Amino acid sequence: MSVRPRTVAALLALAGLAALIAWAASELTPFGTPSGPANAIVRTLVHERHAANTVNGVTYDLRGLDTLGEELILFVAALGSAVLLRHGRGEDVEQERGEDERGAARTPDALRAAGTALVGPLVVLGVYVVVHGHLSPGGGFQGGVVLAAGLLLVYAAGQVMALKRVEPTALVEVADATGALAYALVAAAGLVFATAALENFLPFGTTGNLLSAGTIPVLSVAVGVEVTGAVALILTELLDQTLLRGGE
Amino acid sequence: MTVLHVVALAAVAAGGTAVALARDPVRQALVASVFGLSLALLFFAFQAPDVAISQIVVATVAVPVMVLLALTKLRRDEEQR
Repeated sequence: MSVRPRTVAALLALAGLAALIAWAASELTPFGTPSGPANAIVRTLVHERHAANTVNGVTYDLRGLDTLGEELILFVAALGSAVLLRHGRGEDVEQERGEDERGAARTPDALRAAGTALVGPLVVLGVYVVVHGHLSPGGGFQGGVVLAAGLLLVYAAGQVMALKRVEPTALVEVADATGALAYALVAAAGLVFATAALENFLPFGTTGNLLSAGTIPVLSVAVGVEVTGAVALILTELLDQTLLRGGE
Repeated sequence: MTVLHVVALAAVAAGGTAVALARDPVRQALVASVFGLSLALLFFAFQAPDVAISQIVVATVAVPVMVLLALTKLRRDEEQR
């Protein structure tokens, strides 16, 4: 297919898509005025579950089962990339080492300084976002990816060899599995301490307190640990393949 | 609709087009990173800060890094052949 007919086809398809989206958007309720069911859910979560952040109230309470599926998807994805990328490990590790050290030395000093200075604040921000998921925007997934980005920052600051010496692979594997297991255990605990799986069985406390909203912050922390582990594991495997054992 | 909404929507439209038009994969990964940041601004402007936080890290940092690492690996393999 030559360029001209392809452009015409693409423009026609885009025009059709734009028309469909405009049609769909015209049926929405006006911005900032939630419809009946959405209003009711917000009221249930704030007044009954004492969760100030209704988004996580939906994620970890009303639709907790969806989140269980989602975090298992991420778990399996991390597992899959580890299985795929770890193949061929241990080959030519030694002769690559000299090259890596030269690579680390080439990193500009400004980048090293900025990266090192930012790791601490980034980790604090990540932990804050994870544990305040039921109070302010954020939660397990958001905080988890921020924490995994902290690991990436260590690499960007040229500390690949430091990263290798710490050997975080075992640690992130454990974090990945522990988070996934913790979520499943809290979900099953609903059967033991209440009447149904994923039922919110802990005391709700006072709205706005750090320890409130029952199982919502517990599940948020579990997801935070799992996401940190999963994203860090995928990045570590990719870094290993590309930088430390790139020769093969 | 405020000025902020219009600016954010325009940035997303321009960024998305730029990603599609960039031909070199390395350049495309970097343009996609900037596009991800403009999407995060859009989510923030439309009062979805939860999505904006994960968007900043996933689309601006994690995905471009994964693409760049994969490209590095592919190029090194090609050089050796």
